[in-house]
Formats: sequence, C-alpha cells, structure tokens
Amino acid sequence: MNVALIFIAAAVLAAVCLGVLARRGKEMSLEQWTVGGRGFGAVFVFLLLAGEIYTTFTFLGGSGFAYGKGGPAYYILAYGTLAYVIAYFMLPPIWRFAKENRLYSQPDFFVRKYDSPALGVIVALVGIVALIPYLVLQFKGLGIIVEIAGYGDISPAVAIWIGAAAVTLYVMLSGVHGSAWTSVAKDTMILVVVVFLGIYLPVHYYGGIGPMFEAVEQAKPGFSALPNHGESVWWFSSTVLLTALGFYMWPHSFGSIYTAKNANAIRKNSIVLPLYQLILLFVFFVGFAAILQVPGLTGSDIDLALFKLSVKTFDPWFVGIIGATGVLTALVPGSMILMTAATLLANNLYRAAHKSADDERVSKLAKLFVPIVALVAVYFTLRGGETIVALLLMGYSFVTQLFPALILSLTRQSFVSREGAIAGIVVGVATVAIISLTHATIGTLLPWLPEAAREINVGIIALVLNVVVMVIVSLAMRFAISHASGASRASAG
Amino acid sequence: MRGPYWLGVLPFIGLVIGPFFVNRVTPTILGMPFLLAWIVAWILLTALIMAVIYGLDPDNRRSDL
Repeated sequence: MNVALIFIAAAVLAAVCLGVLARRGKEMSLEQWTVGGRGFGAVFVFLLLAGEIYTTFTFLGGSGFAYGKGGPAYYILAYGTLAYVIAYFMLPPIWRFAKENRLYSQPDFFVRKYDSPALGVIVALVGIVALIPYLVLQFKGLGIIVEIAGYGDISPAVAIWIGAAAVTLYVMLSGVHGSAWTSVAKDTMILVVVVFLGIYLPVHYYGGIGPMFEAVEQAKPGFSALPNHGESVWWFSSTVLLTALGFYMWPHSFGSIYTAKNANAIRKNSIVLPLYQLILLFVFFVGFAAILQVPGLTGSDIDLALFKLSVKTFDPWFVGIIGATGVLTALVPGSMILMTAATLLANNLYRAAHKSADDERVSKLAKLFVPIVALVAVYFTLRGGETIVALLLMGYSFVTQLFPALILSLTRQSFVSREGAIAGIVVGVATVAIISLTHATIGTLLPWLPEAAREINVGIIALVLNVVVMVIVSLAMRFAISHASGASRASAG
Repeated sequence: MRGPYWLGVLPFIGLVIGPFFVNRVTPTILGMPFLLAWIVAWILLTALIMAVIYGLDPDNRRSDL
C-alpha cells in the first residue's frame, strides 16, 4: 500500500469515526434531523446549501468536462447562479407551506398541495430514478480516486466496489449525523485544495492563467468557447435553463429548504451563494491546465484529468491529500443521496402501500434499503461508459419534470388539477426515459428543425411536452366537471 | 409584481440569451476567454442584483416571513 492510499484510507476512517462519535450520546429523532427542528438561521442554511455544490460532480466532473469539452463546461457556473435567483422567489412559499403543514419530504409537499397520495408515489419514484445516476457518479468518482491513487495496483472494478462499500458502511455506521459533521470538514478541505490547484497548476506549467488559455487556444483554436456543433450555444443555453429550473427539485435539496428558521434566511443566501459559485473557476483552470499536460484522455476517461495531472505533478503524499479530499466530496453527498433514496423507498413508497406501518418499521426498512440501492448503483457504475457530467444531466432531466406542477401549485388559484399534474409528470419522465434509452437527439426526433436548434437539451423537449399535457388534461377535466355539474343541474331543474 | 422583482429577469437575459452574442475566445479579460469572463461578470452582477432586490423587498421587513 502506497502513501497516497494510506492518506485516503485515513480520511474514510476519520469520517466514519466522526460520524459514530456524532451519533453517540444524543439520540435524535429522524424528524429532528431531517428538518433540524426548523431552526436554522442564515449561516446554517448557507452551510447546508453551499455544501451541496461541491460534490464529485464539480471536483472530477467539472475539471474533466473542461478538459474534454472546453467552453461547454462553463454551464456549471451559470446554472447555479440562476438557480439562486429562482430560489429567492420560489423557496419562501414552499418553506411557509411546509411549516404550516409540518411536512418532512418532497413527496409530502405534492401530496398535500394536490390532495393526491398517488401523486406522492409518482414524485417519490421520479426522485429515486433521478438519484440513481447521481449516486452512480459519486461511485465512479470514488473508483477513479482509488484507482489512480493506487498507482496501478488496483483495478477500476475493484476500486468501484471499495468505493461503494465505503459509502454504504459509512451510512449504516454513522447514519445521518455523520453527514452533518463531515460536510464542514469536507467544504474546508475542498476550498483550500481547489483554489491551490487552480492557481498552482496554471502558474507551474504555463506561467499564469492568461498564458495557459493562450497555449490552449494555439493548440486547439476556439476550444475555450462553445463549438458550432455538439455542445453548441443552443445546447449551452437550454442546458443552463433546464438545470437551473431543476436545481431545487432534487429530493435532498428540496428537503433542506425545510430546515430554515424563517424565509429571510433563505433570501439572504441568494445574495451570497452566487459568489460562492466562483470557486468553480479554479476547478475549470485545473481542467484547462491538464489539456496539454496529460493529453489523450477520451470518452469517460476525461474524468481522470485532475488526478492524472496531480499524479504527474506532485509527490504521492500530496496526491493522497487531494485523494482524501476527493473521497470526502463523494462520501458526504453519496451518503446523503443513498439515505434519501432509501428513505423515499421506505417512507413514501412502502408506507403508501401499507398504511398501518409504524415509524419503527419504516426506519428499519429504510436501513435495509441502503445496501440494496448501493448494489443497484454499483451495477450501473460497472456497466459504465458515461461521463460524470452526462450522468448528472440525465438525473436533471428527470427531476426537472417536477418543476411545472410545483411552481404552478404555488400560485393562488392554480388551474392545474391533480390529474393534469400526474399526466404531465408521467409524460415528461417517459420522454426522458425513451430519449436516454434510445440515445435519440432532437435532430433525429424533429429532423425538420434548423441545424443549430437540434442541439437543444432533450430535457427541455420533455419539459415542453410535460407542460402541454398538463394544461390540456387540467382544462379537459375542468370542462368535464363543469359540464357534468351543468348537466346534473339541468336535469334537477 | 411588487417592487423591484423584475430585476430578477436580468441574470436570465445575461446567462441564457447572452451567450448567443458573446460566444468567443477573444478579447481575453484578466487572462480569461471572453465567454468565461462574461459569465463571471454576470455572477458578480447577479449577487449585486439580488442584494438590491433583498434591500427593497417589503417582505423582509416582516420578521415572521
């Protein structure tokens, strides 16, 4: 075992110990933890929301995408910023409704707003389906770190199994408390490591940020802007819009809204969080620095860029520190995702079918689901092939389908009926599933569109279909009901 | 819509529609390609816009909301 792997193993061990220690002494109820007693002020809400930004997705996926695709990676900077603008207006009414109705999960919100347990089941299913690729990408990241830090001693498949086992053990041993504790350590470490790498690597290899971009421009003209084909400006804008709308539709992000003490705590964060996004710049700098230093990575191997460059540049002990940071960025969000998926299965699916189930049975079942969900994710990780960014975009296409029914339920007199909401979400999600499975693009579906518009993100098309079906079904239901009541009035009179 | 809420539309114009007009590498600003510098500038502007909206928002004067 080399020194890098020892550092990484130590980080996992320390995270598990922190989690076990955090659990000892105080037996918090699930409700107390999930929404923190609804007592979090602006600073705690900030820590919670900011912590969700830095996962393996940004660390390895962001740098890898900048390395492999160049300019299109900037979308990651843009969408978070817009999501916080939406959040300022959208989250306070969600928070208020959740507080008034003492809600704990995302499906609860839909059940209460639309008075439909069936809709709750559908929302829970959408959440679980979307969380799987999100979990797969964390496992993939863990696998990459263990594989590269092993300096060739560990095969990719074994690395993924080790990574998945670490997350599962972590969740089962430390439970929810571990996530809260380690996420502060994780955020501090990633901040220091990413800013250091983003400045040091360009300066070390090129003499600065500017000279680095010049060198990249010389080698690959136009690479640091958007290409004319593939990830074009049409792709960019539609992806920014889609992911900005979907940002708070993730079950675990949605739940974090409930923790706020008041709506002001949420609004204040819309000012600070866009600035916090700027740390991503340094992640991109690492990716661009790698282009000319570790060339030749293609396909899903682009995610290796940051670590390949680190191994080339630094001594094993420092690679170990970067690896330890990377492991935490996968471990903490990975455990949150795994727990959220298991809880959705137990609380929102099992309980919906077995109304008599008590809390104890549901929480036992949730723990049982943890390794099962992990195994499903390992299966998809080993099948592989997709880049980290492609995996997250697939998840986003799914969760964003919840946005129309959610936002319209916040208006005072919504015309959307529960049938309309269900039909819209089902059609939207089915469209995404068909497109992902058949690898269709807008070009193959609508060949008459002009060349440029064919590169629109397919999630947007699903979203449009979703809204159209939702409106038609809602209006048809309203017409049918008014017609029926009109007819019964006529027959009565 | 009350107050300065409409200002919230500006970041969308800058970041969703803007890229159609600024998709270029040169001129570089602070060493960054023009498109990247544009996005960074809009992130800073967005923080400022949200601060203005927050400062003028009548809802924030009520502590219970």
